[in-house]
Amino acid sequence: MPIGDVSPEITIILAAVLALLFAAFAPRRMQAGSALIALVGIGISSVLLLAQLGETRFTFSGTWALDGASLWARLMILIATAFCILLSPGWFRTDPRHGEYYTILLLAALGAMAMAGAGDLLQLVIAVLLSSVTGYTLAAWHRDWALSVEAGMKYFLMGALANALLITGVTLMLGLLGSSGYADIASNLSLGMGLSPLLFVGFALTIVGVAFKLGAVPAHAWMPDVAEGAPVPSAAFLTVVPKIGAAIALARLVQLVPPEVLGLRPLMAVLAVATMTLGNLAALWQDDLRRLLGWSSVAQAGYLLMAITVLGLSADALTALLTFVASYAIGNLAAFAVVAHLRGRTAIADYAGLAKRRPVAATALVLSLLSLVGIPPTVGFLGKLTLFVTTIDGGYTWLAVVAAANTVASLFYYARVMGEVYFGTPTDDVAVLGRISGFAVWIAAIAVIAGAVLAGTAIAAFDLSRVLPI
Amino acid sequence: MLTLAILIPMLGALALMLLPTLGRDAARLVAIGTSTLSFVLLLIVWAQFDSGAGAPAFQAVAEAAWIPSLGVAWRVGVDGMSLALSLMSGVLFIACIAWPMENPERPRAYYAWFLFLESVSLGLFLVLDLLIFYVFFDLSLVGMFFLIGRWGHGEAERAALKFFIYTLAGSLAILLAIIGLVLSVDPITFDMRALIAAQPLAGMDLRGGLVLLGFVVGFAVKAPLFPVHTWLPPAHVMAPGPVSAILAGVLLKMGTYGLVRIPFQMMREAFAAHALPLAIVALASILWGAIVALGQTNLKRRIAYTSVNHMGYTVMGIAAAGAMLTGAEGARELALTGAVVEMVAHGLITGALFLIAGGFWARSETYDLDAFGGLAKVAPRLTVAAVIASFASLGLPGLAGFVAEVQIFVGTFAVFPWIAAIGLLGILITAALFLRMLQQLFFGDLPKAREGFPDISLREGVVLAALLALVVLIGIYPRWLLDMIGSATSAMIGG
Repeated sequence: MPIGDVSPEITIILAAVLALLFAAFAPRRMQAGSALIALVGIGISSVLLLAQLGETRFTFSGTWALDGASLWARLMILIATAFCILLSPGWFRTDPRHGEYYTILLLAALGAMAMAGAGDLLQLVIAVLLSSVTGYTLAAWHRDWALSVEAGMKYFLMGALANALLITGVTLMLGLLGSSGYADIASNLSLGMGLSPLLFVGFALTIVGVAFKLGAVPAHAWMPDVAEGAPVPSAAFLTVVPKIGAAIALARLVQLVPPEVLGLRPLMAVLAVATMTLGNLAALWQDDLRRLLGWSSVAQAGYLLMAITVLGLSADALTALLTFVASYAIGNLAAFAVVAHLRGRTAIADYAGLAKRRPVAATALVLSLLSLVGIPPTVGFLGKLTLFVTTIDGGYTWLAVVAAANTVASLFYYARVMGEVYFGTPTDDVAVLGRISGFAVWIAAIAVIAGAVLAGTAIAAFDLSRVLPI
Repeated sequence: MLTLAILIPMLGALALMLLPTLGRDAARLVAIGTSTLSFVLLLIVWAQFDSGAGAPAFQAVAEAAWIPSLGVAWRVGVDGMSLALSLMSGVLFIACIAWPMENPERPRAYYAWFLFLESVSLGLFLVLDLLIFYVFFDLSLVGMFFLIGRWGHGEAERAALKFFIYTLAGSLAILLAIIGLVLSVDPITFDMRALIAAQPLAGMDLRGGLVLLGFVVGFAVKAPLFPVHTWLPPAHVMAPGPVSAILAGVLLKMGTYGLVRIPFQMMREAFAAHALPLAIVALASILWGAIVALGQTNLKRRIAYTSVNHMGYTVMGIAAAGAMLTGAEGARELALTGAVVEMVAHGLITGALFLIAGGFWARSETYDLDAFGGLAKVAPRLTVAAVIASFASLGLPGLAGFVAEVQIFVGTFAVFPWIAAIGLLGILITAALFLRMLQQLFFGDLPKAREGFPDISLREGVVLAALLALVVLIGIYPRWLLDMIGSATSAMIGG
């Protein structure tokens, strides 16, 4: 067995177990030590991951895909997870047993990595389930706070339904195509085998199952509740990390089907429009920043689907997908880092005059929101730009126009927050979490700008990537 | 050199943000110092600029790679048009920074935003890369949003938000059009010079038309043209005087500059095919702006609507100049030169007018024309400045506005005679509205409340004198400006 091919994932499991053991035996005041273990594990895993650079092949009897798409996505997952870990010790300071949190976080990251790497339908199901089960726990971590429990509960109910649909879809595909391995499916489909309306249904159900992790229509409803009710480090994690894995998983599913058969691309385009429009409209009148970020994260999933729509139609689609996912991750994590640093401050009205009390946090928040709109010189601009270029190149100009209109609408709610932060009058002092979260805010703000400057290098690297099956 | 001219104000802005102990006067000195330094660099570029017949189109060019796989790079360079506009912006920024703050809160941040906006505006005129042009185009919105929202008065936040959303919609139309344009060259490049040479969408009717539509809509929002000008009056009225001056003097020019640089130069065929509708829209702006301005009783709204009118002249000139691919070269060159001169003249004149209007607010907290009268008795220097600026704006011979408008109209008559003839009405109405404004403000009875109305201070006087001296200089001796601009426009028409 080529164990080395999954050494980054094994490292994460080991780190999770070690963190759990440490948490079980360490005294209360040292629970944060698990965070250190988790960070070290992520560091080692990232190094092992980079050793896979340049590989493009299936491994483990075709169930695991090693390619540029999964490599960069898994690296992003690891970095984003590490960033969420930075926010956690301060947030859970009063939780006597929070060492276990890092174990769950690592396992959830593993689920996302497995989604990105899945080269087989059954492997995909397992990955989605692992990511979901750990996700529910992360959302409902504050067991005695109603909102957190409600978030976890809604997430779980939506998830149970979506997972059931996923398994139904996978069963249909398996039956019609005679194999669960992507390589086989792709060659069967290119020979025209199994093409039928029922296969379309199978694909559609599977896509809905993955869309749940992505936070896209029609399985998006958990997103705002989780963003609002989950502990902020969990919210930051759940709105970003599963999305990275799901984006690649969905890209791989769409890649299976040649553009001219089955009409999956138009389906993705419709989902993209529905997702971005719904997310933006729902965010317009939110008075709660965390909920607003939740809806904005739905809208961003809609933009992301644009790149998947033109997969196979435009040569730059994968580059755009990776660039956009990275830019979204940076922008969204930066926004949640500020919220966490300000101790979960959530009503938009409470952000009035933040620029006078906490200039650094205010600047970071404004930069992150500008990045989510896609205004230069932030990294979000590059994400949107590559997305628009590839969408128009792929022949979906109308989709790019809809996305542009949506961007204008989204500016309205993002700018309302910015206006409050900069033009409002502060009422009282603003408490913050601590030094580590302040450090995280700095990192995020710098990344929002530096990401744009270094985008040339990243895009060049993404350009060399492929997504299996080719 | 040009890169430095863009970078220095940005560094100044950063320095102002990071030096917490700076007082108001020190902050202003830093801001004036950096903006002057950047202006001096532009003057050096001008001194080395060759406006002779055989000179290269773009000079002082520099390049640095950024995203090679998309064909994006940092490229700067000037031709006569961008040089004239950046010099005008440089002057206006120094003037507006030197002008006293209307609302003396948080001076460090105020001057920092001003320098940021200066860097962005100069960058927009000086870059030769479409993507970076777009970056600066968007950044100008961000800078303006914060300046209006934070230092404006009345419903400033609302006005700022409306401005931001409206113009972002326009700029996204431009982004889509840019993408449509660059995707039609292979390999993909954002280099303006390459795109001008390639004329990428020639012969593609539908696609060319759509891309052109995107550009025109986007730039029309920014310029602004009727009927997408409605963000302008509230933004102006709520903004402090110097910010209004920059908004009208520099930011509006981004729309007309972009119109010339991109659709006019890069897609001549599509532009020529659709020049007539554009000219009609320009005519509508001329008349609508003039008539609505006449009906305003608010000083600043009145000046704001004259901007719609003046930008209408500019766009009419541009449309006439681009209306055909060959023939009537002399007239079309005249119209285009006039349009560019109008951009420069309007920047200086309207900049001065808005600074004066800001002075009225600072003294009396109202823009209502009826609240004033007979000010010539108490404020003679203010009266002189306002009279010169108003006469220049209505196009009196011997002042800068005349030089521009006469060329635009003569050029347009050769191409679109009817439109030019109807457009002349705009000049008549503008004359009426400025004369009535002057009469109301400075003549007649002095209201009791205005008896202590202070005349302009030394600092205000120096700023206005400098701006108006340029207006007079261009009016009396326009040769130097016409040579500079003509070197670019003759190449555009001939090429």
